[in-house]
Amino acid sequence: MIIPSPAPQPGFWAATAMIAAIVLTSTAGEVLTAGAMQSIGDLDEIRARSGLKGAIRAVVTCPLFFAGVGFLALSFFSLLFALNQRLPLSLVAPASASLTIVTDAIAAKIFLKENVDRRRWTSAVLVCIGVYFLAH
Amino acid sequence: MILGLVALCAPLGDSCLSRGMTRLPQITLAHPASLIAAVFTPWIAVGIAMLIGFFASYLTALSWADLTFVLPATAIGNVFVALIARFWLNEPISLERWAGIVLITIGVGFVAQGPALTERPAAADLTKAEEAAVQLGEEHVR
Repeated sequence: MIIPSPAPQPGFWAATAMIAAIVLTSTAGEVLTAGAMQSIGDLDEIRARSGLKGAIRAVVTCPLFFAGVGFLALSFFSLLFALNQRLPLSLVAPASASLTIVTDAIAAKIFLKENVDRRRWTSAVLVCIGVYFLAH
Repeated sequence: MILGLVALCAPLGDSCLSRGMTRLPQITLAHPASLIAAVFTPWIAVGIAMLIGFFASYLTALSWADLTFVLPATAIGNVFVALIARFWLNEPISLERWAGIVLITIGVGFVAQGPALTERPAAADLTKAEEAAVQLGEEHVR
């Protein structure tokens, strides 16, 4: 019986590419979902006006929302792929979680025209480093 | 309250899934149907319900607040998990993790003090118009 030898860990550039894929798809998904929710408007008001069914209808009839969910699913499968390629979870989880916070801030400023002032930048960087420390 | 639900439901849901999956016998690709059966076990079902609650609250928060407000504000969930692990499950927390908890808490405090939503030009014009109307009204009273 032949026992397969454990696959070697991916090199630096392969690991970087896999983490970048997770971060980019996750950022795209979160920005598209946020854009969809901003275009729909305050869900509490919609629910007060047309009930829970109306609020659900408003969300599920928005194409941007499905684009966002599609990218979030891609991000999940990129994570599974990276783990399957023997990338250690202790590296991929904190690295992707903390980098996504910063890329989200950049993407939100560019695409959603959010006012990312000094306070929000400071907060994003502090949370980013904190998540890395906590999850590492 | 919505932000609190986002911060609590995601880590609690993940913990329930983790607890449920580790209690089940190992699932292999040869028997994929056992994955479907796993969905109906109590811990997994509660975990899925929690994650549905998380996504609904997350979408509601995004409908009235900026993404750059919601994401850091709900990062406090990571701190909750670490504290639950420390005081409920008696897991040790290294100095590095305590540093992470402190940094996240300061970061959340920073963002929570600011406005939740970017003021759009239309809204800004409306506010200016309202201010002008109030001033006009005050002058009229005088």
